[in-house]
Amino acid sequence: MVGNVIGAVVTVVAGIGAALLLYWIFNKFAESLPGVWEDRVKPYLYVLPAFAAIAVFLIYPTVQTIIDSFKNDDSSKFVGWKNFSTLFQSSDFLQTLYNNLLWMIVVPAVSIILGLLIAILADRLSPRSEKTAKTIVFLPMAISAVGAATVWRFMFAANPPGEAQVGLQNAIVTGLGGSPVAWMQQTTLHFNSLLLMVILLWGQVGFSMVLLSAAIKGVPTETLEAARIDGANEVQIFRRVIIPQISGTIITVFVTVLISVMKIFDIVYVMTDGNFNTNVIGVDFVNQLFTNFQNGLASAIVVILLVAVIPIVIYQIRTFKAQEA
Amino acid sequence: MTGPGVILREPSSANLAARLLARRSANAASGGEEPRAGSKPATAAVAFICFLWAVPAIGVLITSFRSLDDANSSGWWTVFTHPSKLGHLTISNYHDVIKQASLGRSFVNSLAIALPATFLPILIAAFAAYAFTFMSFPGKDTLFVVIVSLLVVPNYVALVPLLKIYGDIGIAGTFPAAWLAHIGFGMSLAVYIIRNYMATLPREVIESAKVDGASHFQTFYKLILPMSTPVLASFAIFQFLWVWNDLLVALIFVGPGEKQPLTIAVNNLIGQQGTGWELVTAGGLFSMIVPVIVFLSLQRFFVRGLTAGAVKG
Repeated sequence: MVGNVIGAVVTVVAGIGAALLLYWIFNKFAESLPGVWEDRVKPYLYVLPAFAAIAVFLIYPTVQTIIDSFKNDDSSKFVGWKNFSTLFQSSDFLQTLYNNLLWMIVVPAVSIILGLLIAILADRLSPRSEKTAKTIVFLPMAISAVGAATVWRFMFAANPPGEAQVGLQNAIVTGLGGSPVAWMQQTTLHFNSLLLMVILLWGQVGFSMVLLSAAIKGVPTETLEAARIDGANEVQIFRRVIIPQISGTIITVFVTVLISVMKIFDIVYVMTDGNFNTNVIGVDFVNQLFTNFQNGLASAIVVILLVAVIPIVIYQIRTFKAQEA
Repeated sequence: MTGPGVILREPSSANLAARLLARRSANAASGGEEPRAGSKPATAAVAFICFLWAVPAIGVLITSFRSLDDANSSGWWTVFTHPSKLGHLTISNYHDVIKQASLGRSFVNSLAIALPATFLPILIAAFAAYAFTFMSFPGKDTLFVVIVSLLVVPNYVALVPLLKIYGDIGIAGTFPAAWLAHIGFGMSLAVYIIRNYMATLPREVIESAKVDGASHFQTFYKLILPMSTPVLASFAIFQFLWVWNDLLVALIFVGPGEKQPLTIAVNNLIGQQGTGWELVTAGGLFSMIVPVIVFLSLQRFFVRGLTAGAVKG
């Protein structure tokens, strides 16, 4: 244990020291250049390490993955579109895509509705209660999916009929006279997938709530008062006055949650590993790669995901350019 | 201020969290607009929601202190109906997971992975952000658009090719393997939000530093870095929690074994047949201690970091 700690500290200090040294050397190098060249070269030296990281860890791998998606399982020869046709002819993969779509439809929408609801209700509390309530709802955001999985596995735990139930959900079910349910195996109407979404929402809604709450508080009170004087009721004020003024934030939250859901991995991996018809793209990718050693199929799965995020990339660039202009 | 990872449509709705905070303190200063008493139905509804939110975690918290027999043969809520069971509560589960399941070692590993994986991207990104904000050079705009377009690219693309590179240079399964991956995956977001913040700093400060003969390097670390503390802190907290809570990168580049972080260790604990709930819950909670402390003590910065970076990965 002590050796372990010392080893870790040495590695950490060495790693950080090396990075600091790199910039020091860069700077000395730039300053040694004659006049004009110093100013010309310096910006690139400042930007270089960042771009090297991006090039090595995102750009090159993206290109390589696209190439690999047209190769066989150990990437030794090209097979054309075979990986893609295999995937789209496999009912398992289509089901995986469908499950992912289900996540993309349900989670962002529910996250925004619940986030709005809690934000509006909390807005009517005394400031101190509001802060406490928000902290409670927001806190799960800080913990890992693995941590959340320990919490919810325990909620869903099932003991054989006749024994005492230690999982709260089954305690309620058996308390009402039912028999214990293996929740993660309830495939009817994707009930188990919906329960997995509950776990993500438990961790996610706090994020939507905090952003939406800030947006609601940013709505000028004059517009609300004007609507009240005109005789609008609270529901009308919400729909016609508040919603239009926070639509920008709603879109931001929606896109943000949507992206994280498209890439959902750890909750499903830890809870079911994609079994019982809960598979999603992220988990399927990892399993194709590390369980089945199907490099080509795994790469093709990522390429499909990549194609799916392209519209969001375009949206990002457009909004960025509009904002800079 | 920190622009969000998903770019907001209207600049006016940018930086909501900070505005909220500013408003709060303004209210506090003026004694508040009017003291809000809080409506009864709303209070009841929110209390109910908070109850639903907290119950799963409370169950885990209580179970982690129960004895093996109690935890696996009766519900945690029975400690309320049978107060005599309170005498059975014990901290030995934590002792067991830290020693036997070697979560103690994993805790050190998590720190050894997360601290450099937080510090290094910030250092590298801050230099790049400085160049993007205060220096002019050919290709600047194009390079920045490249960064924006990479914000949402899933890091799944990188796993196979990187694993190959790591294998070739022989660093797979080490801490630096994880640092480098996190530096790479966090970089576009870090540059993006730090640059957006630096763009709001007053240009006169930099101009006058130049007149005084300060070099870029001096301006950077004596002026711009201290002035950028809010955004650096926000990103640091966000990145630290992201790395601490990460399972995928750790699983693939570090792997289970000697150097595994807490997420892998707890996942193994869950996966082991016959691990009792008292240990699973204690292990799960043990892994949450650091992020929860960071969250509660630095919530303000955390909110800003989140609004900026929730799209990562």
